[in-house]
Amino acid sequence: MDFGLYLWTTLGAFLTLAIFSFLYKDNPFYKIAEHLVVGVSAGYFAVILWHNGLSPNLFQRLNDGNWYFLWMDSTAPWYLIPAILGIMMYTRFSKKWAWVSRWPMALYIGIATGVAIPLEMGARVNRQLFAIMERSIDWANFFGVGGFNLLDTASGLSQLIVFVGAMAALIYFFFSKEHTGLFGATAKFGIWILMIGFGASFGYTVMARISLFINRIQYIDNNWLQNGLNTGITPIEGYHAGYAVIFWLVVLIVVGYIIREIMTYLKTKEKSA
Amino acid sequence: MKRQLPLALVFVFGLFMVFQYFVPHESSEWVYEFLLDWILIIGIFAVALGIWSLFRVAVDKIKTHKPNWGYSYLTLLGLFSMVVFGFTALNGESWGWYFPFAISALMAIMMIAQTMATTSQKGLYAGLTGLFALIAVVIAIFDPAWSFHFSTAEGVENPMFRAFFDHILIPCLSTMFALLAFFIASAAYRAFRARNLLASLLLIAALIVMLRFNPWLAAVYGDFGARLSNWLMNVPNMAAQRAIVIGVGLGIVATALKVILGIERGYMGKG
Repeated sequence: MDFGLYLWTTLGAFLTLAIFSFLYKDNPFYKIAEHLVVGVSAGYFAVILWHNGLSPNLFQRLNDGNWYFLWMDSTAPWYLIPAILGIMMYTRFSKKWAWVSRWPMALYIGIATGVAIPLEMGARVNRQLFAIMERSIDWANFFGVGGFNLLDTASGLSQLIVFVGAMAALIYFFFSKEHTGLFGATAKFGIWILMIGFGASFGYTVMARISLFINRIQYIDNNWLQNGLNTGITPIEGYHAGYAVIFWLVVLIVVGYIIREIMTYLKTKEKSA
Repeated sequence: MKRQLPLALVFVFGLFMVFQYFVPHESSEWVYEFLLDWILIIGIFAVALGIWSLFRVAVDKIKTHKPNWGYSYLTLLGLFSMVVFGFTALNGESWGWYFPFAISALMAIMMIAQTMATTSQKGLYAGLTGLFALIAVVIAIFDPAWSFHFSTAEGVENPMFRAFFDHILIPCLSTMFALLAFFIASAAYRAFRARNLLASLLLIAALIVMLRFNPWLAAVYGDFGARLSNWLMNVPNMAAQRAIVIGVGLGIVATALKVILGIERGYMGKG
C-alpha cells in the first residue's frame, strides 16, 4: 500500500470512528462526518445522474446537431421537448411563474403512475397470487420429505402453513367486514403469522447491520492498522498495540452506550412512576 | 390553465401508459420507451432543484448563525468538491496544475456562498470570488494536463472522484447503517417486552433469527438453531411477506388510480 492510499484509508478510518462516537453522545467529530457525507453524497449523485442519465439520454442524442440551430438539426430533435420541460421546472424559483412547473411535474406523474399500474399488478399482486395457488400441498410427504422432519421447508405441512398463513394475513388486512366469528378467528391467526414475519424480518435486519458493523471493524483492523504496518507506518507503536487500543476504544464506546441507555430508561421509568 | 391543464396531462398520459401496456405492437413499445426517456430527463433536471435547495439551506444556516452553522461549510465543500472532480478529467499521467485549479475553483464557490451569507463586507468576499475564479480560469486555459469533461461515453474518469467515493462516502454510509444495529436493538429492548401473545411471537421470532449464527449456541445445539431460523424465514415469514407484498401492490395501484383520476392532487402544491 503506498503512502497516498494509506492517508486516504486513515481518513476513512477517522470518519468511521467519528460516526461510531455517536454511540456515546453527539459530538463535533460526528457532526464533521455527518455534514461532510451529506454534501459528498449529494454531489456524487448529481454527477452520476449527469454522466449516466442526462449525458447518454439527452446530450449524446443531440450531439450530431449544431448549437447555432439549437440542435433542431440533430437526428432526434424531439428530445429537446423533455429538456425544455425539465428547464420549466426551474420556474419554481419565481413566485409569479411557479405554476408553470406543474406541467412537467404533471407529465412526469402521469407517465410514472400509468406505468406503475400494470407493472405493480404484474410484478407484485399477480406473481404472489400465482405463487400461492400454483403449488399443491404434498400430502404424501406431509411431515417431511423422506422422514419425519417438522423443520423441512418442502414438507406438505410447511406448504399448508404458507398457503393458510398468507390467506389469513390477507383476511386480517380486509377491514370492510367486522372481524368476528370464523372470519375474526382467521384474521387472528393472520396477525400471528404477520407478527412472526415482522419478528423474523426484524432479526434479519439487525443481523445485517451487525455484519456491517463487523465489516467496519475489519476495515479499521485490516485496511488501516495492518496496512500501516506493511507500509512501515505504525500509527500506535506497532500493530498489536494499535489493535488493542482500537478494540478497547470500541468496547468502551459500546459499553458506555449500553449503560447510558439503561440509565435513561430507568430515569424515565422513575419519572413515570 | 394553472390547475386544469396539469390534471388533464396526468389523466391523458396516465391512461395512455396503462392501455399501451396491453398493445403488443412495436410502435406502442417505441412510444413507451420514448416517454420513459422523457421522464428520466425531466427527473434529472429536477435534481438540480434539490442541489440548489441544499445550497440555500447551508447558506441560510451560515447567514442566520443557527446552531452548528460552522459545519455547513463542510457540506458545501463536500458537495462542490464532487462536482468539480466529476466534471474534470486528466489527459495523461501528470496532474499538472490540477490541484491549484481545484482549490481555486472551490474557494471561488465558497466565497460566493460567503458573499450570500454575510451581512457586512460583501464587497471583500465578492472581490475574493473574482480573484479565485480568475486564477481557476487562467489555469483552465493554460494547463494541458487536464480538461473539462461534461459529456463523454466513458462517464466519470477522475481518480479524485473515485477516492472521495471509496474513502469518504462508502465508510460514512456503511458506518451509519452499522450504527443502526445498536439503535434498533435498543428500540427492540423497549418495544419487544413480552407483554402479550403477539409481542411474545415477535420477540421469539426475532431472537431465533438473531441467534442463528451464534457460535456458542451452535456448539451446544448443533445446526438446530440454523434449521429453525431457516424454517421461520421460509415458511411463516414467507406467508406474511406474500400478504404484505399483495397489500403493498394493491395500495400502489389504488394510489396511482387516485392520482390519474385527479382525486389525489398533492403533487400540485398550493396556489
